[in-house]
Amino acid sequence: MPARSETIAALKSAYPQLTESEFRGQTRVVVPAEQLIAVASILKDERGFDLLVDVTCVDYLNFRDAEYRFGLVYLLASTTGNERITLRVYLNEPHLSVASLVSLWEGANWLEREVWDMFGIRFEGHPDLRRILLPEEFTAFPLRKDYPLQGRGERHNFPVLTRNQG
Amino acid sequence: MALELPENVVVSKLDSLANWCRKNSLWPMPFATACCGIELMATGASRHDLARFGAEVFRFSPRQCDLMIVAGRVVMKMLPVLQRIWLQMNEPKWCISMGACASTGGVFDTYCVVQGIDRFIPVDMYVPGCPPRPEQLIQSIIDLQDKIQLEGTISGQEFETSARQQRKRALIELPVLAGLPPVAR
Amino acid sequence: MPITPATLTESHEPAADGQDYIWTLNFGPQHPATHTTLRIVLKLDGERVVDALPDIGYLHSGFEKLGESLDYNQYVTVTDRMNYISPMANNVAWHGAVERLMGLELTPRCKYLRVIVAELARISDHLLCNGAVGLDVGAFTYFLYAFNRREDLYDIFETVCGARFTNSYTRVGGLMYDATDLFIEKVRAFVRTFPKTLDDMDRLLNRNRIFIDRTKGVGVLTKAEANSRSCTGPVARGSGVARDLRKDEPYLSYPDFDFQVCCATAGDCFARYLVRMAEMRESLKIVEQAIENLPSGPVNVDIGRRAALPNKRMVYSTIEGCISHFELEMTNRGFETPVEESYAAIEAPNGELGFYIAGDGTDVAYRARCRPPSYIHFAVFPHLIRGHTLSDVVAVLGSLNIIAAELDR
Repeated sequence: MPARSETIAALKSAYPQLTESEFRGQTRVVVPAEQLIAVASILKDERGFDLLVDVTCVDYLNFRDAEYRFGLVYLLASTTGNERITLRVYLNEPHLSVASLVSLWEGANWLEREVWDMFGIRFEGHPDLRRILLPEEFTAFPLRKDYPLQGRGERHNFPVLTRNQG
Repeated sequence: MALELPENVVVSKLDSLANWCRKNSLWPMPFATACCGIELMATGASRHDLARFGAEVFRFSPRQCDLMIVAGRVVMKMLPVLQRIWLQMNEPKWCISMGACASTGGVFDTYCVVQGIDRFIPVDMYVPGCPPRPEQLIQSIIDLQDKIQLEGTISGQEFETSARQQRKRALIELPVLAGLPPVAR
Repeated sequence: MPITPATLTESHEPAADGQDYIWTLNFGPQHPATHTTLRIVLKLDGERVVDALPDIGYLHSGFEKLGESLDYNQYVTVTDRMNYISPMANNVAWHGAVERLMGLELTPRCKYLRVIVAELARISDHLLCNGAVGLDVGAFTYFLYAFNRREDLYDIFETVCGARFTNSYTRVGGLMYDATDLFIEKVRAFVRTFPKTLDDMDRLLNRNRIFIDRTKGVGVLTKAEANSRSCTGPVARGSGVARDLRKDEPYLSYPDFDFQVCCATAGDCFARYLVRMAEMRESLKIVEQAIENLPSGPVNVDIGRRAALPNKRMVYSTIEGCISHFELEMTNRGFETPVEESYAAIEAPNGELGFYIAGDGTDVAYRARCRPPSYIHFAVFPHLIRGHTLSDVVAVLGSLNIIAAELDR
């Protein structure tokens, strides 16, 4: 369900330079990184978007004509008004950090931890930003496009047990 | 010198007796990580009943089991746990690697999945499939029982050294047909 | 090799005096509460849980990285292995997202069949979830009843696509095989006999003193918290959030069916258990309506659309079929996707299961992100368990239906 036109109008009246587009019934709004938390607060408090559906990221390293390397995706939904909206935040190296939305939605806690674990994007204000799916000792960020699918040998770096050592 | 034995006396090797006891009461330790774990549960449920082969209780404590069934993919974060549980089991112990992911890594040739637990743990039986049908798992337990019967010893010597490789094989080798030219080695 | 996360030395104890009565218990990652490899480090005061620190990642297999190297029809095999209790629902969700990205419209028969298998998968998932809750709480017979019916469902899935579970049944633009008469017969037989099993299961546990004492008032999640913590599905509906994607954002052919959305207001484990039992009855109603009104016609989309493989008779006898087959099979062709990104979700048995796909023009996704309900629900777990006893840990964990493969991907 695309976002209602009143929602877009409310956002544009507060921040006129936001660009919005629509694809297959989904409304996407591109938000600069500095204004993310303000825009998200408007959506949550005034427009009733009470459900943060997902936080994820896309690495555009191998994309043709890409200006930014990382594109964060915030999917929001409103259970009362039955509408959805997608916020896009584009980041480029070396400024890979953005404000954390944990203060608005508690569900952002683990979702942002996973984005940190997989892509290496810092979330300012996150209470506990550390690796969640990979071991603490893991050093790389695997979902980046410059990390190979089979890894760099971390998966077989263990001692071998034989029958003798039973 | 023929002995006249009454009908209720059996003469056999102590090894065979011990093997018979061990193979018919294999208590599995289900190391179920993923989808194969559900098929393992289905094998122990009422339709394909694993209890009729002696695997009566699925004890989740390694100290009380002798068969570890690794069902599902083992990730690099989980491998130290697997090794620790293997070390905690008492001998005699055997390991079945159930499913494609435990045997070779399966579909997941990625940065975190161990490409076969036999790189780090000694494995006795491999069960192919994704997931293997319960009947396949039961077949593998039957094969493991045959292996125990043919290769086991009461003192567990087969677990000690690599001299185990020179012992009697579980599969019977067919006799070489006479008259064939010798094969160049 | 020790497996301690670095932050275990942080102290989370709320009491200021004499903190040496708090002891640490490691729950997992290898434990019999059937929900596979997850680890919780519990800080306990006697039997009361003071804090619970989840430690996950023991089944992280790089699913999302795999999505960038397998094409849209190959990746459906990987989606099976996410929520492996209801793999058909994952397949429907994945291909629903791909078809939304490509703008494909399915045939009516395909939509009905996808609804049937998705609802059967929902019944299968709820049977296992409630069965596991029963097993963890101590009701072994209940678990065996549920598992026995799941074997019948496995038979149905095997009839339609050959695999008991991890059946990669959907394809882009259609399905792997059409439904046969044997499948329809088996589904009808299941619809006839399943209500009796549900009644048996209800009689066992719904008014059972022990079960109610163990689950009522345990793990209460309020409505505001459910929304704030992104809960969806039975976990949210058990707390009063009346949101069901089948009614709010209808997909496939759900508008044709008459069914109700099951909600409860208490928000505890018992409420979630009752919501799942009621949802099974509603799913059975949907399956019955769908199987009686199954439209005839082709299952895959038209070959002019260049998405689904045409059937072999057309390939060998018509030029259109031959060209279409060639276009789809050859390695430097394949089907075309727009260079855009889109998200589509379905109401999976566990919650809202969505896929965010970024297409780049080829038939391999550029980014395939799965929005996993189990992951988000497990984040709620420490909040739910604080203040309860150690024996409530398994009840709450079971009622959240955490599947480790979806949790870790």
